[in-house]
Amino acid sequence: MTATPAIGADAQTEVPLKRRLRRAERARQVKALALVLPLLLFLLFTFAGPIAGMLWRSVDDREVRQILPQTAAALADWDGKDLPDEKAFAALASDILAARASGTMAIAAKRLNYALNGFRTILTSTARNLKAVPERGTAKETLGKINPAWRERATWTTIKDASGPLTSFYLLAALDLTRNMDGAIVAAPPDQAIYRNVFTRTFVISLSVTALCLILGFPVAYLLATLPPGRSNLLMIFVLLPFWTSLLVRTCAWIVLLQSKGVVNDSLHWLGIIDEPLRLIYNRFGVCVAMTHVLLPFMILPLYSSMKAISPAYMRAAASLGAPPVTAFLRIYLPQTLPGIGAGSLLVFILALGYYITPALVGGAADQMISYFIALYTTETANWGLASALGAVLLLATLLLALLYGKLVQGQQVTGGMKN
Amino acid sequence: MLKRNIGKIALGFAAAFTASAALATVAQARDLTVVSWGGAYQDAQKKVYFEPFKKAAGVPMNDESWDGGVGVLRAKVQGGAATWDVVQVESDELAVGCEEGLFEKMDYSKIGGEAAYIPPSVNPCGVGAILYDFVLGYDKDKLKQAPGGWADFFDTKKIPGKRGLRQGPKTTLEIALMADGVAPKDVYKVLATDEGIDRAFKKLDTIKGDIVWWKAGAQPPQLLASGEVAMTSVYNGRIDTANKNEKKNFGMVWDGALFTLDSWVILKGSPNKDAAYKFLDFVGKAENQSKLSENIAYGTSNKDAAARLQPAVLKDLPTAPDNIKNAVEINVGFWLENIDRLTERFNKWAAK
Repeated sequence: MTATPAIGADAQTEVPLKRRLRRAERARQVKALALVLPLLLFLLFTFAGPIAGMLWRSVDDREVRQILPQTAAALADWDGKDLPDEKAFAALASDILAARASGTMAIAAKRLNYALNGFRTILTSTARNLKAVPERGTAKETLGKINPAWRERATWTTIKDASGPLTSFYLLAALDLTRNMDGAIVAAPPDQAIYRNVFTRTFVISLSVTALCLILGFPVAYLLATLPPGRSNLLMIFVLLPFWTSLLVRTCAWIVLLQSKGVVNDSLHWLGIIDEPLRLIYNRFGVCVAMTHVLLPFMILPLYSSMKAISPAYMRAAASLGAPPVTAFLRIYLPQTLPGIGAGSLLVFILALGYYITPALVGGAADQMISYFIALYTTETANWGLASALGAVLLLATLLLALLYGKLVQGQQVTGGMKN
Repeated sequence: MLKRNIGKIALGFAAAFTASAALATVAQARDLTVVSWGGAYQDAQKKVYFEPFKKAAGVPMNDESWDGGVGVLRAKVQGGAATWDVVQVESDELAVGCEEGLFEKMDYSKIGGEAAYIPPSVNPCGVGAILYDFVLGYDKDKLKQAPGGWADFFDTKKIPGKRGLRQGPKTTLEIALMADGVAPKDVYKVLATDEGIDRAFKKLDTIKGDIVWWKAGAQPPQLLASGEVAMTSVYNGRIDTANKNEKKNFGMVWDGALFTLDSWVILKGSPNKDAAYKFLDFVGKAENQSKLSENIAYGTSNKDAAARLQPAVLKDLPTAPDNIKNAVEINVGFWLENIDRLTERFNKWAAK
């Protein structure tokens, strides 16, 4: 900013003024920063830190080079064609003996087994049968005798590929891709290519649940916003009561309702509508029903708050100007509820993406969402690299969707209908 | 406005997360902490192990429960300052945790010597606690004829109704092969070949639409009780508990059952190692273990425990000679090597 200097002021006083201004500005910035610093640090440690750690794990690949250091070094300048030379075999033999002594072999075996099924056995049998460091020049022969897998190129390219320190292995696997022996990225074998399908399933279920919540929640929110306070409060309690009930309880209640000898099937049978019980649970239908029920309040509350802010005078004005009810609703009321629709949908969608317990309890084997696999690899098989990679892909996809949503609503009026 | 809201929500989550983390701070110089599987099983353990041990040894201890998963133990140990000392683990957790160095090496001289225990329960990283089975369970009140084994399980013409199986390839593929006529002792030999795996999935195809997949051990008895399934694979102890405590009339088929062991381990770097060994010595004694079997139908690891039991109790245990003669031990080595690949394949098959 360049203010015109005061009359009679010379350039000498102008500089200090600028400086003073700058100083004041800086002091204000420092104060503001100091005020939000605790929050920033808190977020950094509890939110950004763990996420960064997760992303790091999906590319970190140092286990093999720590446990088989000489082999990793010997393979660094191997061109990957034919078999590596005697030097690499000798390095591997001494690495295996060292790893057996320190008891770390299994960790390397586990990592290599991810890439090449059966590698665990190759390494453990070799470690068991290798008595001592082979004579000079005979390592290749000795290892090949112990396990013919050492005569295969694929065995060695697997080790080279896993020698880290960074790897694309897990991220590629999360997208059903793999590297072939020449390092080119190719589709994973059909038996192992499941994750794209699971991601698609996750997004489809989340979108269906969001749509169902919107269809069911909109009229309820409208009713809540337009009823006199006494009755709307009572209704609000009905909305919030399930909200305060444990997720597990609500999910199990749906099992009782929907199972083949459950309340719904028995009633239909009693009414003579069906002879055989319908299959309402342990399938996609059950997952959508239970998740919609659990997530409905997250849709109703934002909708309600945006509808509360809409003055009924607008609709009356529209009607007095001759708009039929449907036109008035579509052109006057609906646009004003868009912020509520947006907030509710985004909230429900993102919560649904990470759902785990509900699909696990009321879904079939083909309805498990990505979180099931992340949990499986995190706790049960302890394949943290793949778990992190799946998490990273999910995070990225969700961020993209959120950005897309941001772009979509940017052009809209998101100010509760009134132009400020 | 919306973006701010999302920020607020994220903040709320973050706040809740830290609060819980802060609550879980580590107490220095804490009492011995023993972790088991919860439910009816841990209630029985409290009665015959934990409370008597506190009285007998004068060692303060508390117990917690968990749901398993070697990843949980890895996070505990690698994070430093683990809050647990003695944990009961499943066989694959024992094997992987042992390889990763998550457990202390078991000093058998402090717990009565290796010779006191049945051979499958002796492991360098842990000591067997219980032996239990996956059996074929059914409701005697609902089925007119008792199923003879896994072959009947796959025969929906002979016995109509849905079937419950544990979600995932483990136990499912073994059961499918036995139903297809593979002898229990040959199951893993066949499963080690690609043809064997194809054969198992092909057998599963025959009842694919009739399977209800369960995930937690508490589910199969409920599936039977509600009539959702006619038969299910189930832990034998759960059937026994349902019959005793809820007056159910469930039956079991021991033929072709899959058995496995759970073990006690001491987490690496435990500050209460001495107390831990005292505890393991106490729960390893035959007179204490036989009391456990009287309370819940699991076999135990001490060689002399079974001899102390009444015949009426023994006949319902996995370790009874008649019950174990045609049972297969779940092969940990096989699953360690193949679990990832077969989990992927199983899910591929399920989604078809």
